[in-house]
Formats: sequence, C-alpha cells, structure tokens
Amino acid sequence: MSSYEAVIGLEVHAQLSTESKMFCACSTSAGSPPNTNICPVCTGQPGTLPVVNRRAIEMAIKAGLALGCKIERRSIFARKNYFYPDLPKGYQISQYEFPLCLGGGVTISTEGGKKTISLIRIHLEEDAGKLLHDYGHPDMSHVDFNRCGVPLIEIVSGPDMRSPKEAGDYLRTLRNVLVYLDVCEGNLQEGNFRCDANVSIRPVGRKEFGTRTEMKNLNSFKAVERSIAYEIERQTKVLESGGTVSQETRLWNDVAGRTESMRSKEEAHDYRYFPDPDLLPLIVEEDWIARTRSGLPELAGAKAERFVSNYEIPRADALVLTDDRALADYFEAVIASGAPARKAANWITAELMREIKDDERGIAACPIAPANLAGLIKLIEEGKISGKIGKDVFEMMFKTGRAAAEIVAELGVEQISDSSAIESAVDKIIAENPKQVEQYRGGKTAVLAYFVGQVMKATKGQANPQMLNDILKKKLET
Amino acid sequence: MTAAQLSSMLREREISSLELTKAYLDEIQRRDKKLNCYVLQCPELALEQASRADERLAKKDSLTPFTGLPIALKDIFITQGVETTCASKILKGYIPPYDGNAASRLKAAGAVLLGKLNMDEFAMGSSNEFSSFGPVKNPWNQECTPGGSSGGSAAAVAAGLAPIALGTDTGGSIRQPAAFCGTVGLKPTYGRVSRYGVIAFASSLDQVGPIAQDVRDCAMMLGAIAGHDPMDSTSIETPVPDYVAALKGDVKGKTIGVPAEYFVSGIDTEVESAVRAAAKTLEGLGARVVEISLPHTKYALACYYIIAPAEASANLARYDGIRFGHRASGNHDLADLFKASRTEGFGAEVALRIVVGTYVLSSGYYDAYYLKAQKVRTLIKNDFLEAFKSCDAILAPVTPTPPFKLGEKTDDPIQMYLNDIFTIPVNLAGLPGMSLPCGVTGSGLPIGMQLIGKPLDEAGLMNIAYAYEQATAWHKNIPVF
Repeated sequence: MSSYEAVIGLEVHAQLSTESKMFCACSTSAGSPPNTNICPVCTGQPGTLPVVNRRAIEMAIKAGLALGCKIERRSIFARKNYFYPDLPKGYQISQYEFPLCLGGGVTISTEGGKKTISLIRIHLEEDAGKLLHDYGHPDMSHVDFNRCGVPLIEIVSGPDMRSPKEAGDYLRTLRNVLVYLDVCEGNLQEGNFRCDANVSIRPVGRKEFGTRTEMKNLNSFKAVERSIAYEIERQTKVLESGGTVSQETRLWNDVAGRTESMRSKEEAHDYRYFPDPDLLPLIVEEDWIARTRSGLPELAGAKAERFVSNYEIPRADALVLTDDRALADYFEAVIASGAPARKAANWITAELMREIKDDERGIAACPIAPANLAGLIKLIEEGKISGKIGKDVFEMMFKTGRAAAEIVAELGVEQISDSSAIESAVDKIIAENPKQVEQYRGGKTAVLAYFVGQVMKATKGQANPQMLNDILKKKLET
Repeated sequence: MTAAQLSSMLREREISSLELTKAYLDEIQRRDKKLNCYVLQCPELALEQASRADERLAKKDSLTPFTGLPIALKDIFITQGVETTCASKILKGYIPPYDGNAASRLKAAGAVLLGKLNMDEFAMGSSNEFSSFGPVKNPWNQECTPGGSSGGSAAAVAAGLAPIALGTDTGGSIRQPAAFCGTVGLKPTYGRVSRYGVIAFASSLDQVGPIAQDVRDCAMMLGAIAGHDPMDSTSIETPVPDYVAALKGDVKGKTIGVPAEYFVSGIDTEVESAVRAAAKTLEGLGARVVEISLPHTKYALACYYIIAPAEASANLARYDGIRFGHRASGNHDLADLFKASRTEGFGAEVALRIVVGTYVLSSGYYDAYYLKAQKVRTLIKNDFLEAFKSCDAILAPVTPTPPFKLGEKTDDPIQMYLNDIFTIPVNLAGLPGMSLPCGVTGSGLPIGMQLIGKPLDEAGLMNIAYAYEQATAWHKNIPVF
C-alpha cells in the first residue's frame, strides 16, 4: 500500500461549436481540404485586426453558468507570445489576468459519496493551425490554417482529484455538461475536447503539494486515466528511491503506455502576456447573462428525474440514458416513434448499449435509426415476431442499419398467428405421434413440451407460442 | 494647386483625371529622383483608375470630392495587388490579398493611386532615414530630413508630387514631417479612422490621417476616411460630421491653452517665437489665450518608449519567414529559420525596438515597466482632460527644433526620440492633433505649430486651424528644388 496521495488537476480545451471562427468570419467546419477555411485575418496578414465572435462569448457564458461559475462583467483578451509556424500572428489571443468565468465546480460520484471538483476559471481563446509533416515532400513540412482561430474555452480545475478514476469521472461529467449545452461536440479523438493533466504526489496527511508534472497528448478518456496512473507510479518510484520529481511537461506515449519527458521548467516559454490593444475589454451586460441563463437547456440530472416521472422507467435506466445527451435524445426519439417507454428503455440499456459499449463515439456509432428501433419493438408487441427472434433481428439491424420489417420479411421469420395454419400443423403432429398422445391423455402432461417442440420445428419456430399452447391443449384434451 | 481646387476642376470637366494623373506621373518621374518620396509608382493602375474615374465624371455617377483625384499612400497602407512593404526588407515582394479600410474607401470614392510613399521602416523613426529604400530628402533643403515616419507623404505633398497623401501617426509621424515640410497634417482621435489594413506598429497609438496642402484639404480627406469600421474593434461609432462645412474661420470666444511644459529650455528660439507669434495671431482673431499646465509631460517620452515597443514586439512577431515576406535561404532548423529570417529582414532600429519591447514584457519586468507605463499614460490623459476644462484647444510647438540635417541624429537614438517629445503625449491621450505651418527659419526652413483638440473634436480643431490659415500666408510657401 502506497503511503502517497495523488493530487490531480485538469486543464480542458473545449472547441466551441460556433459556425464561424473566434475573430473572423471563416467557417469552423472540420474536414475541409487544407487552407480552404482561411482569410487575411486568421492567417495573420499584416494590417488585419480581430473582431470578437459574439456567439462564442455566449457559448462560454452558457458553459460558465451551467458549471456554477461567476461570469465576469469585464474580462480582457491578452496576447500570449511565442513563435511557431502554426501560429500566424506570433501570438495567440487568449485571456490571462481577467478571464470570463471564475469559480464553479463539477460534481462527481465517488465511493465515499458525491464530491465536487472545483473550477478555477474558464477563459476564451483561439486555436492554432496544424502542421502537416507527410504532405508529399520528404523534407518539408506544411501548415494548414483551417483550424487557426477556431474558438476554444479552457476550463481549469482545482487540484482536487485524488485518483485516475476521479479524473476520468470529472472529465466525463464535464464533457456531458458541455455536450448537453450544445457548446462542444466533446470528441477527444477529433480533438475538439482536449485535456492536459497536472499530477503530483505527496505523503498522505501532508498539506503542501509535491512537484507536479504536466501531461500532454491525452487523446481518450482511457489515455487520461492510464497516463495519470502511470505518472503516480513513476513519481512514487522516484520518491521512494530517494530522488526528487522535476517540474516538467511530459508526453503520453499511448502505444508504449508511458509518459516521456518533453521539456523541463527551465525550457518553459515566457509568454509575455499583455492585454491585446486591438480588442476592447469584453463587457458582458447583466441582462445578457440573465437571458443566457433562462435559455439554458435541461441538464442530465433534471432530465433523469423527468424520465423517471414522465416515462415511469427505473431510475437506474434513467441515469444510464441521460449519461449522454445524444443517448437521451435517441431514447426520446424512439418513444416519439411510438414505442412504449419501458420497452424502449430496456432495448436501449440492454441490447443497444452492449453493442456500443466499447465505442467512444457512443450512440453516434449506432446505425439503427430511432424509428427503426421503435418499429422492431412494435413488431414484437403486436406478436408479429417473437421476442427471441426480435433479438436476432436487432443484431442484423445493427449490422446493416436496415428496418426491422424488411429483415423480418426477407428472412421469412414472421410469427404465424393464423390459427388455421397452426391448427393444421398441430393436427399433423398429433396424427404422427399416437404414442405420445396416449401418454398425455394418460396424465403425463409434461409431454406437451414435446408437441410444442415438434410444431415449432415444423414451423421453423414461427408459430405464435401462446396460440400454439392453447390449440395444442385444446386438441389433446378433446 | 490644392486637392479641393483640383477636385472642382475635375468636376467641372476643366481637366480630365487622365490628364491630371499623367501630369503627376510625369512630375514624379522627373523630380522624385532628388527626393526619393515614392517607393513604388503604379502608373498602369493609376491610368486605368483615372480613365474609369473620367467615365464616372462624364456620367456624373456617384461623384465624390475624390473622384478622379490622384492621391498617394504611405507604404504602411495595405493595397490589394500592389506591393506593400512598410519600407522593410522583411516584406519585400509582399502583395497583399486584400484592401485596407482607407484604400478601399478611397478606391470606392474614385481616387487614383499614384503610388506608395517612403517612410521609416515599420513607422519607427523621426527622420525617414530608417527606410530600406533609403532616406527621403526635405524639398526645402535636400541636406535636411523631411521628418518621419511619414516623411515620403509630407515631402511629396510639399514638393507637388501628390496633391494629398495619407500618413500614420503613432508618436508624431504625421505632425512632425508635416511641420518639417511646411504642410498640414492631422492625427485624428484614436478610433476615428479604422486601422484595418494599416500595418500595425503600436496598436493602441497608431492612427491614420491626412497630410495636405491646407486645412480644407485635410478636412476633405478626413471626411472620406473617418467612420466606424466593423473590422476594427477600436473604431468609434460616433457619426462623422461634415468637416469641410464646419470650416467657418471664426474663433471669437474660443479659448486656446498654451502649456507651460512645452516651452522648456532646449527649445529652438525660432520655433518658440513662431509659436508664440501664432498665439498672438489667434488672439488678434478674437480667441482668448491662456496658459495651462500639463504636469506629467516630462514622463511621456519614457512612457511611450515602453508601450510602443511592447506592442510592436508582438505586432512584428508575424514576420517569421513562414507565410510571406523575407525567408532566410539555406537549411535551418525551425528556431534558426525564425532567427535568420528576422535578423536579415529587420533594420537596426526596428530590431532595437523589438528587443526593448520584448524586455519590458518579460516575466519579472512587466509590472515595473509595462504596467507602470500604463498608469503614467492615464495620468497624461488626465492632464489633458483637466486642461480642456479651461480651454477649447491647446497650442504648442510640434517639435523642439526645425528640420535637422540628414545623418545628424542617426547614431543617437535618444536625440532622435526627443524630437517627438511634444507630439507623443497626444498619442498617449488618444486626442486629435494637427500641425500647420506658422513660420520660416532664418535659413528658410518651415516651422510648424501644433493644435491639440478634445476627443472627437476634429471639426472644432480644424476650424481654429482654418481661421489661423486664413489670416496668414505660411501655407502658400512652395519649396524650390
């Protein structure tokens, strides 16, 4: 048992889902050919000036309000100076001394109950471009400025987390809130939700913090948790062998599963922050804050409560469904397509979640349209197919994305609910098995299962089980 | 002839834009070799714009005072498709992909661009000697500097190589060369004219303004370029008055403040007596002249030489050899590529200011320099606001001395910087200031006086200047070279 305690703080960069960039009118859409979403402003042409995107401010206010921050009436954009080819102005416009949001917190569930991770600040800034090293020339690099100037918020937590799991839970909860607010797509792989982790350790019971290291290149929730676990272990070994942890930035190597030194404290930049004279102080009027507050969408907790009371689904299901806004929306879309709420909840939390549980895209990875899932549930409800066949159909739907009825028709697995068809099949089996009929009529009723099996075999399992039971009993008993 | 006179001749069809443009192009060809005002002439573009203007004039199609009028721009103004270098080697060959606000307004008004004018590199200088194109010579005496940084603009207007020009003023770069060349220059209130498309030197101080033959031309140009621009967050939304119509020439009842701190020892006696005489002239026109105090004046220079280089150090970071301008040849790793491109591309004065600016923003020094300077700046601004409680405008010298000799101060930055001691406070306070001719030295060089106005009171300021101009003939002097 280690006698050290970990102290973890996270810095999250979330890309705001605006149409246009932070300081110019260029599109933020990802996946365009390199350098097609650019203009004189975001490529830092001489003489150009930034103009603040109001929509980005509003999204940042939304995030701040939902996370319990104090929205500063006056905040200031500052220049963060450093040279890099993906930074066309030679400085990044960010906020430094006077950020837009202060304080706030994120509540997570731990073994010891609820725990609130404090937030220090949320500030606005612009993203940089991207270097392309493999772009058709062996000894030349290229720069794509499409991402340059895309609005980001940086969310800085307090050093309040004590384990990799708490860090992961904080991150998942934070992501959930931002996605619910529609201010960020929250995709770690695509880089629109990025995280750096600050980790230090200290002997249990000590108040002072140890020397921290900062981890970069964390491209998944797993990477965040794994890298922190690795770093805690590494620092523990260093201290236990009598060494000292050096303050540095380390890079997570996901393949090797370890962190590697990137730059020491001495090599750290002096960013020479100062207020950007091209931008006036950002003044946020009280009524703008009030309007934004009243426009906040329903967040996960409230949504779960509503699901329990309106749809009468178990609380556990409601919590699972609301963990991800897209999943909750999917659930409600299935209901809107006519499925009973409890059935819909069952299918989603059991069958559907099993299929997508290893996919970080979540419900976006599900090819079944909500209306199609509702269609499947309806076929079962109406007795057109059995529940058992329903599960097979579901799997095929997940593989192909096709509608349930289509698959059912193609496979010919529609349940036989036509009583005359079942009757003739039953008559045939009774005629072929006089010995078993004798046994049944002699009181050995367990033999009924044999008849059911035979009829099912003859009908390829499509006979409506309830009807079959009734018809069999009737025929055998008369 | 003044721009206003030419404008009315164009409108009356007494001369075509093509004829006028050709005349100026010929004049530049013939005489600019002596002065070096133009760093780039664009005769083909000018003639094309002139013939289009002539069509517009013939049809009387949305005419403005600038339709068909030749103009020239300091090379700090971004002009689409026309090389813009800011007189720096680092921007050699840079063809901007867009028009700045000033260029596009003038283009839309139908002005004809004769070319781009010489300046100190990145507007850093007071003598136009720090230019990658070589110095400009003063048309009044070719051994003297025309002032700077808008030296090319002032010299071209004085020498008749452009009817009117635009300059920029960060610490005196319009007013000081205007004074040295015997022209009228106006630095408007910070934010009155958009900075979009003006290559940034010190963003919180830079302002665009006219350099012209007289006050009326100044008013005409300001009317064309002033106004809110959504592309510049610091531009002011207040409506633009009709500046020409505001020139009544009446100063009765106006109070003119004369700051004691601007007549310190070391000021040239000819300059002092010319400015004092101007005060008398204004008094004679019915204005009341009172002595005022601007107590923090002595800190202005130090304050400016922290703030301006600090902002410049960031503004000039974009010249890194990656996307445009000069890139060092040979193989370099990234840091060396930046370093070599910038070392080769920037001149010594620009490099000096970048180093100073980087230093004052550095961790551990920020509070002692940059923050302190911002506080001093507020005190200087308050000095003016306080003074304006008892006067309508302030009269002062533009520079402590008349035009100095080329090479006289290039080795001594402090002596060079002291030249802007009376113009810098106006930039720090964001106020409108103008320079107009008020005398001639014994050796025949022009002397300028400075008028400083309340925020956004360009109309009132120009009216006082106009009254003085009507009463005197200094602006009618023309250099022979």
